[in-house]
Amino acid sequence: MRQPFSIATFCAGAAMLVLAACGSSSSPGTTSNSGNPSGTSDPDLSGPSASLTGAGSTFDQPFFTRAFYDYNQKNSGVTVTYASVGSGGGIAQFQAQTVNFGASDVPMKASEIAAAKGGTVLQVPVALGGVSISYNLYGVKGGLHLTGAVLAQIYLGQIKTWNDPAIAALNSGVTLPSQAITVIHRSDGSGTSYIFTDYLSTISPAWQSGPGTGKTVKWPVGLGGKGNEGVAGLVKQVSGSIGYVELAYALQNNFTYAAMQNAAGSYVEPNLTTVAADAAQKPNVSATDFSIVNQMGSDSYPISGYSWVLVYQTQTNTDNGTALVKVLDWLTHAGQISDAKPLDYVPLPANIQQLARTTLQMVVDSSGKKLLS
Amino acid sequence: MSVGDVTGGRDVRRPSRHIRLGDGAYRRVLQGFGLFVLAIFVAVGGVLFIQAWPAFRHSGAGFVTGTNWDPSRAIYGAIPFIVGTLITSAIGLVLAIPIGIGAAIFLAEYAPRRISGALGMLVELLAAVPSVVYGLWGFLVLGPIFQNTIEPHINFLPVAHGPPLPVGVLLAGLILAIMVLPTITAVTRDLANAVPATSREAVYGLGGTRWQMIRTAVLPAIRVGVVGAVVLGLGRALGETMAVTFVIGNTNAIPNSLIAPGQTMASLIANEFTEATEPFHASALLGIAVLLLVVAVIVNVFARLLVWSVSREVRETV
Amino acid sequence: MTSVAVADLDRRSLIRQSARTSHRRRQILGIVGACLCGLALCIALLPLVSIVIFTISKGIGAWSVNFFTHIPTPAGIPGGGIVNAIVGSLIMDGLAAVMALPIGFVVALFLAEQGGRLASTVRFVVDVAAGLPAITIGLFAYAIVVLPEGHFSALSASVALAVLMLPITIRAGETAIRTVPQDLWEAGIALGIGRARVARSIIITSALPGLVTASLLAISRAIGEAAPLLFTAIGSQVFATSLGQPMASLSLVVYFDGIQPYPDIVRTAWGAALTLLVIVMLLNISARLLARRMRRFTR
Repeated sequence: MRQPFSIATFCAGAAMLVLAACGSSSSPGTTSNSGNPSGTSDPDLSGPSASLTGAGSTFDQPFFTRAFYDYNQKNSGVTVTYASVGSGGGIAQFQAQTVNFGASDVPMKASEIAAAKGGTVLQVPVALGGVSISYNLYGVKGGLHLTGAVLAQIYLGQIKTWNDPAIAALNSGVTLPSQAITVIHRSDGSGTSYIFTDYLSTISPAWQSGPGTGKTVKWPVGLGGKGNEGVAGLVKQVSGSIGYVELAYALQNNFTYAAMQNAAGSYVEPNLTTVAADAAQKPNVSATDFSIVNQMGSDSYPISGYSWVLVYQTQTNTDNGTALVKVLDWLTHAGQISDAKPLDYVPLPANIQQLARTTLQMVVDSSGKKLLS
Repeated sequence: MSVGDVTGGRDVRRPSRHIRLGDGAYRRVLQGFGLFVLAIFVAVGGVLFIQAWPAFRHSGAGFVTGTNWDPSRAIYGAIPFIVGTLITSAIGLVLAIPIGIGAAIFLAEYAPRRISGALGMLVELLAAVPSVVYGLWGFLVLGPIFQNTIEPHINFLPVAHGPPLPVGVLLAGLILAIMVLPTITAVTRDLANAVPATSREAVYGLGGTRWQMIRTAVLPAIRVGVVGAVVLGLGRALGETMAVTFVIGNTNAIPNSLIAPGQTMASLIANEFTEATEPFHASALLGIAVLLLVVAVIVNVFARLLVWSVSREVRETV
Repeated sequence: MTSVAVADLDRRSLIRQSARTSHRRRQILGIVGACLCGLALCIALLPLVSIVIFTISKGIGAWSVNFFTHIPTPAGIPGGGIVNAIVGSLIMDGLAAVMALPIGFVVALFLAEQGGRLASTVRFVVDVAAGLPAITIGLFAYAIVVLPEGHFSALSASVALAVLMLPITIRAGETAIRTVPQDLWEAGIALGIGRARVARSIIITSALPGLVTASLLAISRAIGEAAPLLFTAIGSQVFATSLGQPMASLSLVVYFDGIQPYPDIVRTAWGAALTLLVIVMLLNISARLLARRMRRFTR
């Protein structure tokens, strides 16, 4: 009777030993624990210790993982774990209160807010990025000219080869191979998909009446990848593919991406300037009016969007709540310069930063006391 | 020395009362555990069915006959995934059966005993490889080989038309074949080894060669058991999730060619479940799980009945 | 010679002649058949060789001290590891074993010892349950643990793994207990010891190697599973040891990291795959060696 249990005991014991070895250091793996920095003046960097969890958008993932890592280096008492499961997953976990905050590129609808278990939901804009149309085409450099109409036809399966006359007409100097186009889309519920399909619906009536706009749509053609990472992985693997990924992924993986024709008729590639120009055309965004695709202006990159973090207005754990609002405040202010910009997320415009701050200032603890000064 | 000296005067033909009571309680406890385990497995089906019921009621018969899966419009039809599952499993079996049986015959009839044991163990170790490792290898190693060297050459076939991709139904079927191979090989080899020497000697006595002996004495005798093993392998292929998710392409449509991407019931659940927030979406995915469960149970019951009938036969002939 | 004798001679030489050619043809057929079967064996072994070679070559580069002692770092930042996944796998698998093994062995005892309709039904259901897809069992655990609790947890994953381990444990356990000769049972009962005591002291101890084999096989199956963990433990980027929280596992790391575009993260996936492969192979080979020794004992 002893040995069958001893296997399990051994496993448990081994686990205990490793626990004791690793669990003693507060965050195994970090090389320096800076403790509470005394010389910094940023109030967001001091406060109660907490271990927070968030889940959602893969659009934000490159930014968040660097930013939270960076934040922890500056304020070792607060660790934030972010699971990039897609906007849909983030909303689901937030509704179920299995995480402290959710992240989604499209704010929650009224019905989704009603289904959230923790009461009133506040939505905080935290990032501004562009969706690149990346492609893997041997011999074709970056900056291929595409219009929204052509892109919609590609994703509808109506344009099937790269040397289709519709594409060739836009790119007179480029030799396009006769390779088949492999369309890549998201297999999971995605806010990035929402921004992308929002754009396609704006341009193409056929798209709007067909797949339409949404986090999950019925894609007429193409392979599905899980998360922005999965789509990027497939674009990398499949020659002749085209996929939509947040700009940071395209840059980190040296993808070639298209110059999209914007509403003013110019062909622009996504970068800090062009995405910012698009956002500047619609300064007054809110959680109910958030779409900024296809704005006017010769510099605007048409497929851009904000990303939002979801928090409950009433935080039942005061320490966690305080740490949370401080991290988010840092994320939307100092973090934009230190971590968003290097990854080519446009630093939030001043008025959006103000919107973020005023929203965060509405967060209270269970007694009604505001958690952010 | 009498019995009474050893037993201390007690009558041991009737065990003492506390032991008798202990025996009854012991039996009941064992039966209780048996019932408990029975209940767990029945509960698996029941719980899933209850969770899936809203979607079944919403979609009606269209759930199993519909070809459109559109969560954003709350339309749930499972045909693309049923077809995807069947095609990949069929490809897997078609590839695995000849290889598996051939390898097993070699191990049982031709290889020297020690090598046969070692090689047989190697084939069985294939079964121990975790499915995520199969998937990783399939996606990163086999996929590019498929895309660059195999698919361009079978493109001309109408059944395999389309652009070469590192993912697709054929690739998924191939990986399933590799995963199902050990089952078929191991069972076939064991069955072949169990064929009595008399049958073999009879063929030799008539002047048959070794190959004739295999064909006339061994293969017919193990036929039913091999079918059972194949059906068991089918059961495993139908439910395989992780290896398939890596290489199937995650396209929610009926594949129109062997090298086209598709989706199986299991990979659909893996892809969509964690954020199924649309109305009835989660429930519909659970409905897919119920379908998968029903199919797996039917296949497995069939396999077990076949294996039982074989073992009865073997017992009768021995 | 009479014409009949001549005809006999001719017939006999004709028969011998045709037997020779037919024999040669059948011999050639036989050689072709043997070669085909040998080819089949080579083809069958090829994937195993390929998987082992690639996993080792691509995964060994990821192995380092950091790999086994640090938690993951974001893409591009070196020094990360999978210690949280290793510990997570151990904890969830260990807990699943603690739940499944005792129950499984008691049921194995039940099946080995008692006949009757209940035993046959249980045996049949367990055999069928051995083929249930792992993902459906994961959804079952989601429905009965995650939904009521309201959050993902390592506990729900352990429940799923335990249900997964039960059929293997019961079947292999029953085989092991059945190898104990009937005489030991009868001897124990003849001595007046109650059946429970007989089971505990005599049968289980004799069947020990078989039971250990069964445990190793069950654990090896559970540790490689990712599908049931997708909606129960869902994975984690930090060092989590609490059962009420999401937890990382080696199998999930292989999946989540394997589909990423970043080469350093994909290399982590290979490293985790290699770790998994080593663990599973060790468990399986030990189980088989034990089984072979056990067979030699009972002969």
